Order: sequence, then structure tokens, then C-alpha cells
Amino acid sequence: MQKLVVIGAGMASGRLLEQIIAANPAAYDITLFNAEPRGNYNRIMLSPVLSGEKSYGEIVTHDDAWYAENRITCRFGEKVVSVDTDRKVVIGEKGEVPYDKLVFGTGSSAFIIPCPGHDLPGVVAFRDLEDTTAMTEAAGKPGARAVVIGGGLLGLEAAAALRLRGMEVTVLHISTHLMERQLDPAAGYLLKKDLEKRGITVMLEASTKEIVGNGRVEQVNLADGTELPCDIVCMAVGIRPSVKLAQDSGIACGRAIKVDAQMRTQTPDVYAVGECVEYNGALFGLVAPLYDQAKVLAKTLLDEEETFVMRELSTKLKVTGCDLFSSGDFAEGEGREDIVFRDPARGIYKRLVIENDRLIGAVMYGDTADGNWFFGLIKDATDISDIRETLIFGPSFQGGAQVDPLSAVAALPPEAEICGCNGVCKGNIIKAIEAGATDLGAIKATTKASASCGTCTGLVEQVLSVTLGDDFVLPAAQPVCGCCDLTHEDVRRLIKVQELKSQEAVWQELGWKTRNGCHVCRPAVNYYLLADWPLDYTDDPQSRFVNERNHANIQKDGTYSVMPRMWGGMTTPQELIAIAQAAEKYGATVKVTGGMRIDLLGIQKEDLPAIWYDLNQAGMVSGHAYTKGLRTVKTCVGKDWCRFGTQDSTGLGIKLEKKLWASWTPHKVKLGVSGCPRNCAEATCKDIGVICVDSGYQVSVAGAAGMDVRETERLVDVATEDEVIEWTTAFVQLYRENAKYLDRAYKWVAKVGLDWVKETLADDATRRALVERFDISQSVYQVDPWAERAQPAEAVKFHPLADLTKEAAE
Amino acid sequence: MNWIDIGHIDDVPLRGARQVKTKVGCLAVFRTGETEVFAVSNLCPHKGGPLSEGIVHEQKVTCPLHNTIFDLNSGESLGVDEYRIDTYPVRVEDGRILLDRDAIAQRSAA
Ligand SMILES: Cc1cc2nc3c(=O)[nH]c(=O)nc-3n(C[C@H](O)[C@H](O)[C@H](O)COP(=O)(O)OP(=O)(O)OC[C@H]3O[C@@H](n4cnc5c(N)ncnc54)[C@H](O)[C@@H]3O)c2cc1C
Ligand code: FES
Repeated sequence: MQKLVVIGAGMASGRLLEQIIAANPAAYDITLFNAEPRGNYNRIMLSPVLSGEKSYGEIVTHDDAWYAENRITCRFGEKVVSVDTDRKVVIGEKGEVPYDKLVFGTGSSAFIIPCPGHDLPGVVAFRDLEDTTAMTEAAGKPGARAVVIGGGLLGLEAAAALRLRGMEVTVLHISTHLMERQLDPAAGYLLKKDLEKRGITVMLEASTKEIVGNGRVEQVNLADGTELPCDIVCMAVGIRPSVKLAQDSGIACGRAIKVDAQMRTQTPDVYAVGECVEYNGALFGLVAPLYDQAKVLAKTLLDEEETFVMRELSTKLKVTGCDLFSSGDFAEGEGREDIVFRDPARGIYKRLVIENDRLIGAVMYGDTADGNWFFGLIKDATDISDIRETLIFGPSFQGGAQVDPLSAVAALPPEAEICGCNGVCKGNIIKAIEAGATDLGAIKATTKASASCGTCTGLVEQVLSVTLGDDFVLPAAQPVCGCCDLTHEDVRRLIKVQELKSQEAVWQELGWKTRNGCHVCRPAVNYYLLADWPLDYTDDPQSRFVNERNHANIQKDGTYSVMPRMWGGMTTPQELIAIAQAAEKYGATVKVTGGMRIDLLGIQKEDLPAIWYDLNQAGMVSGHAYTKGLRTVKTCVGKDWCRFGTQDSTGLGIKLEKKLWASWTPHKVKLGVSGCPRNCAEATCKDIGVICVDSGYQVSVAGAAGMDVRETERLVDVATEDEVIEWTTAFVQLYRENAKYLDRAYKWVAKVGLDWVKETLADDATRRALVERFDISQSVYQVDPWAERAQPAEAVKFHPLADLTKEAAE
Repeated sequence: MNWIDIGHIDDVPLRGARQVKTKVGCLAVFRTGETEVFAVSNLCPHKGGPLSEGIVHEQKVTCPLHNTIFDLNSGESLGVDEYRIDTYPVRVEDGRILLDRDAIAQRSAA
């Protein structure tokens, strides 16, 4: 058997071995060297490993069992030190191996700026697992600080990941905008803003002078005199092909190892694949073309014809919440025309560059759903003169069809690329589905689609869904209900992005399959519309469940319960007398509730307006005990009476209740304010809990005391009542604007992460803007629903339309 | 048929319902479209939910208590459990809702 030796167990050579083994497992006796003490893993996914979203085990692509099964001799942790091409032997640190065919797959190494201090412990690159571990360890120290040098793809993924780990992160970038190779200044600006929103500091035109420290990095000094204390420095300023070994062995190199279109070097029986390759003067830094190379080299080594072709590439950043897409050439130039679309309010920017009626470049930020379609147009050099006017609105606009992501995916031609990393087009996936791969795992295994960076997972699922119809249930991303294919999150996003301000607009634009929804989607959509467009949309009572429509809780016998508000649990003899009289007059059963109020049970529907009127007369309003909205603010007596009380908890509770009452929220909201850490108001199992202490107030959120019981988590400590009210209001508004309908605050916080909530609210401008939007909504909705319905014209609607019982039977 | 005027179409909210008391019990009159109405028994056979308080969608209503969905044309429930509610002839003329008195009388005699 011929001997094949491969230097480097990386992503490119890994793919090569798979291809050879799949075609002919007996073709070669294979030896694999790797300087890293492990086999091949998905290097791309080091970013989620760094952030803690994935573990190393999850990103291993070839484990020991795989190598054993395929009889590959592994020499991991052993560097190849030289190659003797005359004797045809590879010399590793632990000895020689002869070869018939030799493949270089040595990849790249990170470029380290040779400034003073670059070799101090604590200065790392972001290339392999060792780097990742070093950074994770540094992040473990409370209050640790990181400086990331380089604002390109890698640097920003590192910065975002370290931030997620709770580090204070500063990014230093030499250019005037971030990711200048992939983005234009406008998109770079939006990206910077989004990163800053997460609490990352971005310094542009920052030039590093030196790194200083006593035995370990302590500080980075910039040319302009700025000093940045830090615990770790991550250098992500670029990569250099690892070609020293090849050069020393006499293999022809330019900037990297020169290969032809069959991946042959200029030395007989020596080949190269991956980032260590130079082809036609070009270098490589993304996996998509490397996988193409691997495919070609596998054929070459199996004596089959194949030619490597360069193709267009597109870039995405794997940072959740920073959606960017870039492809092609977007420099300005003569004869080039720009089409620009901006939506400042939503941070969306799209720019298309057109030359000779062809799309040649696209940059998008904020909304990248149409990226693959534009990419297709660039790749295929499609003549776009007919659709030029509406081009920027994307594919779904062209057919006049709905903007439902599924129909957009359905409209893609078979050649459209779905997985950029692995070059898998829609047609390949459909073929795989037809051959029996009917879930994501099977598609991954058979086509590799979504197996690398994973950003296309959603698209692959949508292709599955479009192809299989009802046989495929979109996992995790459950549609709202049978009326549509969109998730709650999608619906919310599209209502905002497309400015849909009526139910009709939602049904139409989002492709509802029913005429006017059902009992599942209507209340959700009604809520989303009123929360996002308080001034434009009018609440639809017919889209509410009975309790909210009738402003009382229906009981199992068809009667209702009525519960007036008692601000912070305070009441008066006059109120109690009115309640007692109403209870007697309408035959109510009286119960004291867990929320410090009095419940009148057993009221007939027809009597509701009358009892409300009576209670209104005594100055009471609805307690909203029936709404997805503010319920109660539970308080203890506070410092006016209690010998332990530190602040006026009752007074603060009343202020909070007066601020928040009558607002609609995704699910019910309960508050508690305790006057001291003894916590008599049980504030720490509420949606929002405030504990008064000597120095001020501890505001915590996301507690629960229902089927799930959980303690609140600290949002912020503040000194004044005004700040408590501001933070609480901003939190409620953030929840109103973002949560899925019927997710309690604790569920929503678990989904978005408390850190994100904290970071968002910590920004003064953002917090105030949230409060302002809440106030606008309250200007419409903070009215007593009882008073409105106690009016005679409204009250009749609570009576039967007609009474035919007195009709003489004929 | 013996039509009796029970009210104006606008007394019933669009995609809403009102109750009508009769000798055979309470009926629910639904308005599913501008001039499209249905009359059915108000009582859900499952556990007595008042159907007039349900959410109205297309020509269907969802019971407010346990979400059983009824087709207002046939009175039959959709889904696994099979329930049936009585339906009554009703129509709209010049904006007035007319209910068939005979159908109700028959039901009470039966
Ligand atoms: C954090 C991160 C995120 C990334 N994100 C993306 C992304 O989203 N999309 C994308 O397309 N690309 C991304 N990339 C780039 C992508 O990972 C690389 O393009 C790809 O890994 C290169 O593959 P390769 O096989 O050429 O080299 P590598 O995967 O680097 O493998 C080379 C291997 O050779 C070994 N080696 C080198 N010299 C020797 C020697 N003398 N003896 C023995 N072994 C040797 C090395 O130790 C290494 O294990 C990312 C890279 C990183 C680091
Ligand atoms: S009472 Fe109607 S579903 Fe239960």
C-alpha cells in the first residue's frame, strides 16, 4: 500500500482524509502529524468555546475512535522538524517516516506585533485550544480586564466572547472603522455601536506602543499616551501561513506554498492544502475554499481529474446580535452605482454596489436575511436591470410574495448556496432529503451543511421544512400556532422591522394561513401590536381572552370575581365600607387574597358595570387581577412603623404601583418591596423585588413563586427612590418590548440572559429611552377600565342582546 | 320560518358575540364578518363554558374555559374530543339580526 503522510491535523486536511477514505479506504496507509496534542476539531467554533456557549468536546470533528477505525497512524503532539524530499522521508520530533505522497496542511499561525512586551506571559493569540484556555482562565478572576488588539473578525469574536464571560473588554483597532476589509464605514459604525451596547469599549485609530508588566502583562500603552491596565492581551491582528517547514525543505513558496489547480507543489509527490497554500497569487483565510481544495486534492491523490476554482466568498460574524453580511467588492469607483437603504431607528443598513447591470458587492448590517440571495446574484453575475428598482428589498419583494422566511427560502433556486463554509447549495440539501435525510443531524452528516460555523442552521431547517412540509417540525423554533410558520420572536421582529401596525397587516405581510388567526395567535399579535405601536394601534378586545375582555375573572360557574386595587396594600375605613356594601348588594363571597387585597366572588356578568360603578364612587379602580399586566405591589409597613425598617417601603410600593398600573405586559407582573432584608414582603420571589437597606435599595428581578419557584437575581443597587422607579420601569418596558407573549419575566430573562438585561439597562440613554417609551404607552393605556365600562352606553354590552324567554310559544 | 328581530348587527362586535336568552337556554349570536352571523347554543358541552365569551376566528369559536374549538356552521367540535352544539337559523336583513322563532320553539318542544 502507498504511504501517505499528512503534516497538520487541521480543518483542511481533516476534510481531505474524509474524502479519501469515503472514496477508497484502502488507497493509502496514512500517517498524520499534528503539532497540537490532539486531532482535528472545528477551529471556527473556538469562539463559542471561548464564550462558554460550547465545550471543547462538542467541537471535536474527528475523535480517537474515528482515527482508529480508519487505521490512521496518529502522531499528535509531535512537530515535523524537516522533510527530506530526496530520500522521501518526513522527520518528526520522535523519528522519521517514509512517504510516497506528502501533504502539507500546516495552516497559519497568528501574527504577533513585535512591540516591546509581546512575549510576556498573558499575551496570547486566538488560534488554538491553548489560547482559548489561557483566556478562559484569565476571565475566571472577578473584575478581570482584557485588551483585544485587532478589530477584525477574530478580534471581535474574541472580544464578544470575553465580554460574555464577564470581563471588561477594550478593543484596539488601527483603522478608522471596524472590520475594514469586510465592511464599509457605515456598517462599521453600526457594528461599533452594537458592541458598545454590550459594554465593550472600542478604540479606533489606536496604535499599540508597548505591553508592560512585571513577569506578566499588566498594562498596554498606546502611542497617544493612553494606558490600559489589563490581565490579558489577545492579539488578533492577522494570520501568516505556516510555511517555514516547506521553505526549509526546498519547496517553492511565495507568500505561501505555491500550488497548481490540482494542489500539487512544484516538488514531485508533495501537495499542500488549506491556509498554507498560495494559488494564483491568492491566500486563504476562510474554510469554504479550503474545503474545495480538499475535495480537489482527494481526487488528485486518487488519480482522478479535478480542478480547483476560486469562488466568491461571503463573511458573517459569529456574534449573536451583530448581524452582518458582506460579499464582493464594495469600494466606490467610476461607473459604479450604489443603492443604499437605512433604517436608523432599528440600526439597519444595506448597501448594494452595481456595475454594468450586475451586482458586484453587498454589505448589510442589522438585517441580513437576504444575504444569501444577494450572494447568489453576485456569484452568478445575474443581470439585474429588470429588478434594479426593488433589488434592495430582497427576493420576496420581487415576486410580490410575502416576506415569510419560508417563502423566501422556497423561492431560492437550487443553486443558491445555503452553507457558505461547506459550499452546500439548496439543491444538494434537497437531494439529501429525498435520499432519506429528514432531520438536521442527518443533513449535517450527509452534506456537511451547517457542520462548520453553524450560522446557516436556521436556513437548513427551513429548506427541510419547505421540502418535507408537515413532516418536518422546526425544532426549538416553534411557530406561534398553525396559522403561520413564524416563531413568536420572528413575528415580533417583523412587526417592528416592517412597521406592521394592524392585525390585517400582520396577516397579510407575514403570510397567515387563516383569515384572522385563532385563539392562540390573536392575543399574542394583539399584544405585540399594542406594545410596539401604542399610538398607532388600538387594542382589540375581541382578541383577548374572556377575563381581559370583561375585566374580571370568570369562575367555573360562569360568574365573575371583582377585585379593586389597594395601592401598596393600603386601604381606608371608607373603602372597606364601600366594599362591604357592594359585597352585600351583589351577593358576593368575600376573600382576602395573597396579594393583599379583597376579592368579591360570584358576581353575575350583567352586574359587573354596576358594582364597578359603586366601587368607583368610593374612589377605587380596577385591581387588574385578571390581566397580563401589573398585578400587585406587595409591601411591608416600612420604617414609619417597623422598628427594623430602613426606608419607606410602603410609600415606595405605592409610587411603583401608581407608575406601572394598567400597563399591558407579556404575562402578569408582580412586585414586592421589603423595608429591610428580613423581607416580610417576600420581594425575592416576585418578577421584580426591591429590598430596602440602610444605604438605599437593592433591585432584583426574575423571581417566581408559581409552578416554578425561584429567587430573584440582583439587577442593580441604587441610592434613591427615583432611581428604583426608573430602573424598574425600564426593566418592565424592556420586557414589554422583547419577551414572547406568555413568557413570565423569569423565563424571558433566562432566554436573553441577565447580563444582557443589565448591560442594556446600565446605559443611561437606553434606560431613559425605555422609560420614555413606557410613559408614551401609559398615556394611552393608564385608564381605569371599570370607569369606562360603567358608562351606560358601555354597560348595556354586558347584558344579553335580547331576552326571548317572555315570548309566547306558538 | 318565523323570523324575530333581536337587534342591530352593530350591537354585536365584529369577531365577537352576544347572548340571547330563550326558553331553551342561552344562545350565543356570533358576528364572524361584517354581515355574517351565526346562532348556536351558548353552553359548551364539555364543562359548560359560555361560548359567547370565546375568541372568534374565521367561522369558529374557541371555548373560553378549555379551548375546545367549534365550527359554527355545523356545531361540531374540531379535535379529538367530539362535542356538538345546537345551531339555529339566523340572518341579517337591513342591518337587523333575525332569529328563527320556530326553530327555538321546536327545540323546546322536543
Ligand atoms: C477563532 C477562529 C474563528 C474562525 N471563524 C471562522 C469562520 O467563522 N468562518 C471561516 O470560514 N473561517 C473561520 N476561521 C478560520 C478557519 O478556522 C481556518 O481557515 C481553518 O481552520 C484553516 O484550516 P487549515 O487546515 O488550513 O489549518 P489549521 O486548521 O490551522 O490546521 C493546521 C494544523 O497544522 C498543525 N501544524 C502546523 N505546523 C506543523 C508542523 N510543523 N508539524 C505538525 N503539525 C503542524 C497545526 O498545529 C494545526 O493544528 C476561524 C479561525 C479561528 C481561529
Ligand atoms: S367547557 Fe368548553 S372546553 Fe371545557
